[in-house]
Amino acid sequence: MEKPSFFNDRIMPVGTIVLALLVVWYIAAVFLNAPFERDTAARAGTPITFSEILPKTMFQQRPVLPAPHQVVAEIWDTTVNKPIMSKRSLVYHAWITLSATLLGFGIGTVLGILLAVGIVHNRAMDRSLMPWVIASQTIPILAIAPMIIVVLNAVGIAGLLPKALISTYLSFFPIVVGMVKGLRSPEQIQLDLMHTYYASPSQTFWKLRWPASMPYLFTSLKVAIAISLVGAIVGELPTGAVSGLGARLLAGSYYGQTVQIWSALFMAAALAATLVIIVGLAHTAVLKRMGIKP
Amino acid sequence: MTTTPASVVSARNLGLTFETNDGPVNALTGVDLDVSKGDFVSFIGPSGCGKTTFLRVIADLEKPTSGTITVNGTTPEDARQNRSYGYVFQAAALYPWRTIEKNIALPLEIMGYSAADQKARIERTLDLVNLTGFGKKFPWQLSGGMQQRASIARALAFDADLLLMDEPFGALDEIVRDHLNEQLLKLWDRTNKTICFVTHSIPEAVYLSTKIVVMSPRPGRVTDIIESTLPKERPLDIRETPEFLEIASRVREGLRAGHSYDE
Repeated sequence: MEKPSFFNDRIMPVGTIVLALLVVWYIAAVFLNAPFERDTAARAGTPITFSEILPKTMFQQRPVLPAPHQVVAEIWDTTVNKPIMSKRSLVYHAWITLSATLLGFGIGTVLGILLAVGIVHNRAMDRSLMPWVIASQTIPILAIAPMIIVVLNAVGIAGLLPKALISTYLSFFPIVVGMVKGLRSPEQIQLDLMHTYYASPSQTFWKLRWPASMPYLFTSLKVAIAISLVGAIVGELPTGAVSGLGARLLAGSYYGQTVQIWSALFMAAALAATLVIIVGLAHTAVLKRMGIKP
Repeated sequence: MTTTPASVVSARNLGLTFETNDGPVNALTGVDLDVSKGDFVSFIGPSGCGKTTFLRVIADLEKPTSGTITVNGTTPEDARQNRSYGYVFQAAALYPWRTIEKNIALPLEIMGYSAADQKARIERTLDLVNLTGFGKKFPWQLSGGMQQRASIARALAFDADLLLMDEPFGALDEIVRDHLNEQLLKLWDRTNKTICFVTHSIPEAVYLSTKIVVMSPRPGRVTDIIESTLPKERPLDIRETPEFLEIASRVREGLRAGHSYDE
């Protein structure tokens, strides 16, 4: 059998899909943007052919669906051509959202782990807390986000923290669920072994439950970091925030700046992908150190 | 109650009843047994006869519901607190994220041995079970027999005088099992430990033991205690001698007698 190459295994399949998506996107852009050109021509009273419409659909100011190259140009313009700390720089807005994401993710992770430890070690907490943890996620985040912001504002907390807390609200959930399962994953025989050594509860935790839960923790972290970003963006929407990717999306929709919306969306997607990849690399590194069978 | 200092395990009229959803199950009833220092005692019987349960009572993994038992002259809980026994389970139960030497170090870390002492003990016990050079390997890199030897090394590392072994070679093939039985006898001879060994193999029990406890199920009880007349020096081919076969047939008879009881 032929040795699998990086090109054949990775670049080919991904590249093919990207190419297909681009083709679909361009075709969709032509059809969605064409009516505007026809209307304009009709109002001016000049007949227009399809071959005249086609190039025009690629360069509209406010297209229904911007063409890919418009989005790329906008991203390039707002990242490379603007000073990073300028309010017109997408990097600046991404950083604002990222800082809330990371703070919220950090708090969510610590909170999630603490709750899981309590639930695993305390029967009363197991009975009383778990239903609330699950119930918390049935409330639409879009409904609760403005209230969190308003309530915290009333007690004098504004800025980064309220947004971060919305990230926390979403991200602690997968951590709790994953860690409860992880901390309970040791087999009875492994627990019995600790019992025969007369190990203390904290020794059993650090030498058995904690290391056994690592694969579960990292799986949860991957989910948590992605929804932390969603939480931070959602937190920027209802508050009239002036900076951040969420504010950028909102401003874009107010003024019909579809190119701006799409470039903010792509920035958010790229940010999420980068964060998940970083957590994934940490996952691999930790499991490798723990000698897990490759 | 009083026991002679030489008695490592002493059970009097010991009983254990599990409360299950289908009603109470008599795992052990009326067990009287003495294990002296230096004994190699095998517990043999069909599944459900309470042999593993009895071992778990000694280890304070189960609490008896009637009768008395002392381990090293104290209650099983105190004996556990004094770390006076090492337990070898049916499966090796090595922690997969620890190397073999780190697995052996686990009880030593918990019991607070110094780093230098840990290192010396790991080396010594790896040598005892013929695993020198495998300390840096992870469990999955070793065969089943080697993993079980590593788990024996882990039970030996902290110098408990009593070794409790629950069908440690049950999952291994015949050849590996013979080899490990031979090694276990040598180890017992060198370390002068008291061993309680659960098995359901008659040749294994007769080959290893100075005393064979035959048990039967429903309710779990002791039906016969056989003192072995075999010499301490036991090559593998001792299993073809008339003396060996005579003891084996007595064990078999004891097992049959127990079985006819509930059929």
